[in-house]
Amino acid sequence: MRYETERTRRRGHADTATDTLARGLGLFSIALGIAEIAAPRALARALGMKGQEGLIAGYGVREIATGIGILASKDPTPWIWGRVAGDGLDLATLATALEGKNPKKGNVGIAMAAVAGVTALDVYCAQTLSRESPHPLPPMQDYSGRTGYPRGIEQSHGAARDFEVPPDFRTPEALRPYTQPEAPRHPQPSM
Amino acid sequence: MKALVWHGTTDIRCDSVPDPRIEHPRDAIIKVTSCAICGSDLHLYDHFMPGMKSGDIMGHETMGEVVDVGAESKGKLKVGDRVVIPFTIICGECDQCKRGNFSVCERTNRNGHIAAKAFGHTTAGLFGYTHLTGGYAGGQAEYLRVPFADATHIKVPDGIPDEKLLFLSDIFPTGWQAAVQCDIQPTDTVAIWGCGPVGQMAIRSAILLGAKQVIAIDRVPERLAMAEAGGAVTINFDEESVIERLNELTNGRGPEKCIDAVGMEAHATATIDSMYDRVKQATMMETDRPHVLREMAYVCRPAGTLSIPGVYGGLLDKIPFGAIMNKGLTIRTGQTHVNRWTDDLLRRIEDGQIDPSFVITHTVSLDEGPDMYKVFRDKQDGCIKVVIKP
Repeated sequence: MRYETERTRRRGHADTATDTLARGLGLFSIALGIAEIAAPRALARALGMKGQEGLIAGYGVREIATGIGILASKDPTPWIWGRVAGDGLDLATLATALEGKNPKKGNVGIAMAAVAGVTALDVYCAQTLSRESPHPLPPMQDYSGRTGYPRGIEQSHGAARDFEVPPDFRTPEALRPYTQPEAPRHPQPSM
Repeated sequence: MKALVWHGTTDIRCDSVPDPRIEHPRDAIIKVTSCAICGSDLHLYDHFMPGMKSGDIMGHETMGEVVDVGAESKGKLKVGDRVVIPFTIICGECDQCKRGNFSVCERTNRNGHIAAKAFGHTTAGLFGYTHLTGGYAGGQAEYLRVPFADATHIKVPDGIPDEKLLFLSDIFPTGWQAAVQCDIQPTDTVAIWGCGPVGQMAIRSAILLGAKQVIAIDRVPERLAMAEAGGAVTINFDEESVIERLNELTNGRGPEKCIDAVGMEAHATATIDSMYDRVKQATMMETDRPHVLREMAYVCRPAGTLSIPGVYGGLLDKIPFGAIMNKGLTIRTGQTHVNRWTDDLLRRIEDGQIDPSFVITHTVSLDEGPDMYKVFRDKQDGCIKVVIKP
């Protein structure tokens, strides 16, 4: 049995787990982006980065755009690499908060460790996706002969026209616009 | 006996369980000769349907031989009878059964009060399909207790293989009812979303009923090939726009009849609304993913019909009811009134108009059943329909 699913075939990959990981990263991206846009002040306060609220919200927009790109594209590989680049930017920005007398350095360290962990996942996912074939795999089984009509489709087409649709399943006469005879072009003379 | 038992999300095992026995004079026990995994079983496997308990036996597509009959069923059944068991348990006596609305039988759901809380009224008891529908043991097992057996059976003749008859239990009448609900006219284009087993049966039913054109929508190559073999024009929704293509194939008018053979777990991923559904479902703010319903309402020709055999379980969001109302669309839906159609369908099988066994892609033993759930769910190995031989 080939290990292949409709999801992996859609993107031409042969590994469901990596596709699932990519989708997970896409959803994570959107969730993080929403948090950054919704609460930039709280984040800035927690990280001792007051005055950087606009930058945090901007990063939120980037996260959401990347997440949508991952979920909506047929091949998420470039979008995952985009996440890797974004992770680098996040780490560089967080590193600036380690300078000086920031009282929240501990929180910054925790945030950097978390970003580093996600970066590792992003790199793994992007590398695995890049190694796989971008071309969709052909169908595995040939079902083109499975008509289901022992006497052939020509014989079976309309074979059940003798079936009387029960009244409760029938389209009311008033709603049958397609089967009505065409109205006469000129009004009939009244008698 | 051995049976496939639900233990939790994506956790189905082949366990040893006590043999069923007659519990009521209307019961019968059948020795299962063939059963199948249904697409709606996957909603239980993934635990999208509430009301399952660990230890529940799965399965509602079953046939076999009668081995024991309760006193009150003896006039209608006898030991040795060959029967297909419909997935809806019916009393045959209540007002709804007398009207042929078997899937909403008023008596057979022993947990009717729970169903009434969820849906407003009780619906019929179902085999192996949550405690909302009675919590009855299912038929993916060596033996099955059939409650209300004097009414809940379809007698079938010897000499026809199980594979041709088994699907009278569910998917064939379900696809048939989906097409009948459309009241197909010879001028109609019927568009069918989903080329799983029910979609495949709906395609054949629409052809048998004489539709002018049948269009099938999916993205799995094997399923599209099988749909094409059945006489459908196919649309791969990963490769082309469903709306544009349907309008193109109907000269801009839209299909008169639309069938949703997908239900609550639509897999479209590249649309804004499906991403919205994923997020809402993940945060438990929506139970179902109704992408297909939205698409059908939008593309269906005004005054057309939406037929919905696909299973939905709860609350749906962002349904374009404005389109449905203003275009005057008719919606017909419901679980299948199996016994209402089976005499006619059995005749068509015997007559050679259709052979439902075309859909079987895998035949396995009960021991292999748990693995096949995953294979079927993930559409691996070209899997479309799994038959189990206990």
